[in-house]
Amino acid sequence: MTPLSELQPGQAGIIRALQGGHSLVSRLAALGFTPGAPVTMVRNPGHGPLIVSVRGTRVALGRGEAAQVLLLKQEAPHDGATPN
Amino acid sequence: MTVQPRTELPPELTCMAPVVIALAGQPNVGKSTIFNMLTGLNQHVGNWPGKTVERKSGLCSQGDSAFTLIDLPGTYSLTANSEEERIARDFIVRERPDVVIAVVDAAILERSLYLLTELLLLPAPVILALNMLDVAEQEGIHVEPAVLEAALGIPVVPMSAARGMGFTELLETVRKLLAGEIPYHPQRPTIRKEHELVLGQLLTLIEPHVPQPYPADWVALKLLEGDDEITALMQAQLPPELWTQVHALLHQHEDAILDIAGARYEWIERMVRAAVVRPRLGQMGLTARLDTVFTHPLWGTLVLLGVLGGVFGVTYALGSPLQEALSALIEALAEGIRQALAGAPPWLGALLADGVMGGAGMVITFLPILLIFFTALALLEDTGYMARIAYLADRVMHAIGLHGKSFVPLLLGFGCNVPAVLGSRIIETRRARLLTLLLAPLIPCTARMAVVAVLAPVFFDGAAVWVSWGLVALNVLAVFAMGLLLHRVILRGEQVAFIMELPLYHLPNARTVALYVWNNLVAFLRKAGTVILGVSVGVWALSYFPHGEVTGSYLATAGQWLEPLGRLLGVPWQMMAALLTSFVAKENTIATLSILYGDFQTILPQVMSPAAALGYLVTQMLFIPCVATVVVMQQEAGTRWMALGLGLLLVLSLGGGIAVYHLAALAWGL
Repeated sequence: MTPLSELQPGQAGIIRALQGGHSLVSRLAALGFTPGAPVTMVRNPGHGPLIVSVRGTRVALGRGEAAQVLLLKQEAPHDGATPN
Repeated sequence: MTVQPRTELPPELTCMAPVVIALAGQPNVGKSTIFNMLTGLNQHVGNWPGKTVERKSGLCSQGDSAFTLIDLPGTYSLTANSEEERIARDFIVRERPDVVIAVVDAAILERSLYLLTELLLLPAPVILALNMLDVAEQEGIHVEPAVLEAALGIPVVPMSAARGMGFTELLETVRKLLAGEIPYHPQRPTIRKEHELVLGQLLTLIEPHVPQPYPADWVALKLLEGDDEITALMQAQLPPELWTQVHALLHQHEDAILDIAGARYEWIERMVRAAVVRPRLGQMGLTARLDTVFTHPLWGTLVLLGVLGGVFGVTYALGSPLQEALSALIEALAEGIRQALAGAPPWLGALLADGVMGGAGMVITFLPILLIFFTALALLEDTGYMARIAYLADRVMHAIGLHGKSFVPLLLGFGCNVPAVLGSRIIETRRARLLTLLLAPLIPCTARMAVVAVLAPVFFDGAAVWVSWGLVALNVLAVFAMGLLLHRVILRGEQVAFIMELPLYHLPNARTVALYVWNNLVAFLRKAGTVILGVSVGVWALSYFPHGEVTGSYLATAGQWLEPLGRLLGVPWQMMAALLTSFVAKENTIATLSILYGDFQTILPQVMSPAAALGYLVTQMLFIPCVATVVVMQQEAGTRWMALGLGLLLVLSLGGGIAVYHLAALAWGL
């Protein structure tokens, strides 16, 4: 499994698990980060916060927070969300 | 369903309409626009009792029906993760509104329906306001309201609130639902099979002990979700041996929250499947296209600097002349008072013309700059651009525990600290809000810079410009130093994760922007204005009595008491008195010096060294802010935090000034 923070712009994956404290998991889950949900990386500058697309929404995440989201990498972009 | 008169209404609403509608929705779904369009100026802005979260209520009517509208805080879910979420669910559970309007964004339907899955479990009928259909079309997404309504079993009202569409239908639907004219058979999300059993067990164990007015099945579900507040509630309610059983059950299912949230999203997918048509693969919506530039590390930063430069440009082009015109008007009024009271005792004329008009004049001259800054904040927020600024600025702000959103209020501080402190309201978490408004006074405002612009040339001639820039740099450094101190030592351990939605771009709604500006200006005048006026009159009195002039006044005496401190800074007592009067308004420093010295530009270089001047300027730049800033700090953060902030600033400014004086004296051999 790959941490979300390691996805390159344009790459997509399916969420498998969430790590971290209860409040982080609960906040991420409410925003749509649940196992089975497809995620696409929009912006990942290599350091600092990154932008992902999940369930039709763009979400900015801290690098540390994104590292807690584990996913199964996909080869082709999953949905209409287009990388920059 | 029939409407019963209500008796348990909050006091300020008793004269309002008996039917209460709660407006719920996630952030950025256009909830404020709906609230503002429905209530207009018939709204009351305050705080939730005992909370720092804004509470808006209002009155709206259509035909013979009148409704009281309560704007619940925007939240993504109804777990106890934040104060906002607790407020929203407590209101629905305890106050039992007659109807809840759930506002959702059609362009991000699935995500914004998540809140609905939680609302449907609470004991109030729900109407779905399917908002932003225009934005959805612009992003290439098409939604069928009728299909969604059939699937959900609750009334669905199509709306484009920012364009004024759907309001009549919304209120008509509320009326019909309350009159029982339309059916209400909601589908409710279910829990996954693997947790059904444990949920049933939990319910059996706790049901007899669940206090009013909580629904037992909702409490059981919240326990399974690991909700802190409900867990604490039930731990207190249940007999110890029963709690041990419940606790053991919960311990086995610690990760249930993910399954519960996952099941809710699966339920949503089933509900919307037939109702939504998405854009073709690879087709780029407006937001995606704009964001390729606006969130780009280089281009995005340039756009950001351009936007903020524009805000300051407008401030100088419009705000400053307006401010000067208002000052001139106040001065003319004061002169009129002086002449009218020429025969009266001199203190009376001075009190009214200098004390009262001086204080009132200061409050009023804040208005143009506040007007421009609040408009800018509202526009940035309402278009969705604010979230991009926060994203770009987060890297820098993160270092001192601040949210990226803190960047904008702090930057506004270069114009004036008052809107910087008030602007910290746009930050969601209380911790980041506190940090921001405690750091705001360290941003050198234009008035502080004016003092530097006058004093620096007196001592440093050609090098004055460099001294000024050095002082600004020192202040920015102080922001980071104090930020680190507060973040690492004083406010430690409350760090909140950076998770922020980037909303879809949309055109701002004029009414929402205007009401935001209006409410904030009125609140400033009503709450801060009176206190600022009172304090300025008080300080004026100290600088006037007992002899009718500054020399020999109580304030000058206080300045003389501070002579030992002045000696540490290498400055005469007159400079300390000038520092004290800067509390009313920073530019008073200069006025006081010219009263105490006359031609201070000639005299000062003879009574103090350049090293002392440098130390004094450092103190002046880091000193406690003017009374207006202190008052809004107290109102936004409470007395304790305000006092802590001022204490730190006193230590920092005097310590910094003394250190710079001695170091400079050593280095220059003076």
